[in-house]
Amino acid sequence: MAQRINAALIGSGNIGTDLMMKALRSAEINPVWMVGIDPASDGLARARAHGLKTTTEGVDGLLPHLATDDIRIAFDATSAYVHHENARKMREAGVVMIDLTPAAIGPFCVPPVNLAEHAGRREMNVNMVTCGGQATIPMVAAVSRVQQVDYAEIVATVASRSAGPGTRKNIDEFTRTTAHGIESVGGAKRGKAIIILNPAEPPLIMRDTVHCLTATTPNQQAITESVKKMIAEVQRYVPGYTLKNGPVFDGNRVSIYLEVEGLGDYLPKYAGNLDIMTAAALRTAEMLAPEIAAGAYGQTNPQSGA
Amino acid sequence: MSPTMSARKIILHDMCLRDGMHPKRHQITLEQMQSIARGLDEAGVPLIEVTHGDGLGGASVNYGFPLHTDEEYLRAVIGTVKRAKISALLLPGIGTVEHLRLAKDLGVATIRVATHCTEADVSEQHISLARKLGLDTVGFLMMAHMLEPAKLVEQALLMESYGANCIYCTDSAGYMLPDDVKARISLLRERLQPDTEIGFHGHHNLAMGIANSLAAVECGAVRIDGSAAGLGAGAGNTPLEVFNAVCHRMGIDTGVDVMRLADVAEELVTPIMDEPIRIDRDSLVLGYAGVYSSFLLFAKRAAAKYGVGSADILIEMGRMKTVGGQEDMIEDVAINMARNKP
Repeated sequence: MAQRINAALIGSGNIGTDLMMKALRSAEINPVWMVGIDPASDGLARARAHGLKTTTEGVDGLLPHLATDDIRIAFDATSAYVHHENARKMREAGVVMIDLTPAAIGPFCVPPVNLAEHAGRREMNVNMVTCGGQATIPMVAAVSRVQQVDYAEIVATVASRSAGPGTRKNIDEFTRTTAHGIESVGGAKRGKAIIILNPAEPPLIMRDTVHCLTATTPNQQAITESVKKMIAEVQRYVPGYTLKNGPVFDGNRVSIYLEVEGLGDYLPKYAGNLDIMTAAALRTAEMLAPEIAAGAYGQTNPQSGA
Repeated sequence: MSPTMSARKIILHDMCLRDGMHPKRHQITLEQMQSIARGLDEAGVPLIEVTHGDGLGGASVNYGFPLHTDEEYLRAVIGTVKRAKISALLLPGIGTVEHLRLAKDLGVATIRVATHCTEADVSEQHISLARKLGLDTVGFLMMAHMLEPAKLVEQALLMESYGANCIYCTDSAGYMLPDDVKARISLLRERLQPDTEIGFHGHHNLAMGIANSLAAVECGAVRIDGSAAGLGAGAGNTPLEVFNAVCHRMGIDTGVDVMRLADVAEELVTPIMDEPIRIDRDSLVLGYAGVYSSFLLFAKRAAAKYGVGSADILIEMGRMKTVGGQEDMIEDVAINMARNKP
């Protein structure tokens, strides 16, 4: 049985807290620390209630404890702006970083599409693209593995309540990073991303629309089968990932209408955007955990020394 | 006429080369843009908006691919006008600061950063950069009928704090009645800094464009959007040549020549319309149900494709409380309606 490796969660907002709830159930990841900056943070209070150690001093409050607590992996759920500094500090300490901000320093990981490619690569920083990217890139890949996609565009609509201050300050990074992921992981020649915040009450469940323009007439049967298979792949870790309509074929346009309902670990189920992000990040960490535990990343604090 | 109305000076801002892109499916030619912009300029219209209907970066499957890029349109128009300044719209989540920088480099004088009325905090990056670049920076709060005045003011204060020197109350659905406009504009005028300007953008879905714009001016708005011949989404924007004529009758100073603007509307804008801009049943539904005006043609197309009613689609979009930009949901709604048809 895999050994659980110790983890730090950086960021005590919506994403960090939801990730903690999931990590507490993990057989591979053991959440030990949560890092915040706001003493009044609800996430930090919950972390303490679940027995995690917390600091309100940011990453610098965590650094002195990395070795003593044998922290091998960190999740950054802050913002693209502060990620660069967090990434540098973790790298220097030999801690593998799973980046949930759209900073995109490290290579992208969208588990159902390219998780296996990250095995054995000893990457010290892996980026989870964006929530919209996690929800839509599998569909772009499902079309592009059938035939060439010249252009893919996604529209992610999320409930206002599920978009925290980090996302709001980072809205350009969202569109930029998602577009890059559509190209480099989804396999489209050109990508575009659009995000919309909707304040309706009761909040709407995350909706995602994927439009692909294929180079030649779309093979309807093959694309439909490929999309359905990929939906099942995503459902393995996000059960509420649903094909609402489509694929719709209109000339060379292939449109796929999705809904993403979360597990409701921290925010309610409508916040599927948080859920798919944290579930994907945890799945990535769980895949890397055995390698990290075996010392493949050459940490400065190998398990025997802890 | 209110005695305070005469002798007021306001800025008319023409929309037909931006909002007018919606009914034209973003297919206005460069030559059409240039001839209309030249006409508006010569009539004395001080500010003309040019971009894809959904703003900089709006070119997409979701909103439609334009005939030319934003860059080509802006370059063509900026090279054509002599006195008028050119503005560009930017919706965070669709366009980015790269688009903003491009617009600035092309010579755009005014950037209007548009968000849904409750989501002003997504505009911080864009408003603060625009201000830093020395642009006339406008915060544009869309679908403002969906938010009560006091809450709208909170959002306006955010945009002002990021650096906006003008705040718009935007009636994207053409839903507001004059009292709705008065309540919002008055409170904005009361609570924002005295040197922050206030603007109003109307749609004519309930034929309230002129009445609402006058209500806005009465309560302190100094920038009024309209469109020559009304060319704009839904039943169009406030018809600018009509509003201008009304202003002249009332002694409100617009600096725009009544007949020359009427000539532009009649001779340059009306001839390029694909369909008459009028309050048809669907546009009436937009105004009555409070639905984003740009959904109109998408609903008509989806209705034809899936054999369902376009007005029914729009009513459902309203019931779902969709906001600007959710054009993708129109096909989704139409498919569901077709599936559930008795």
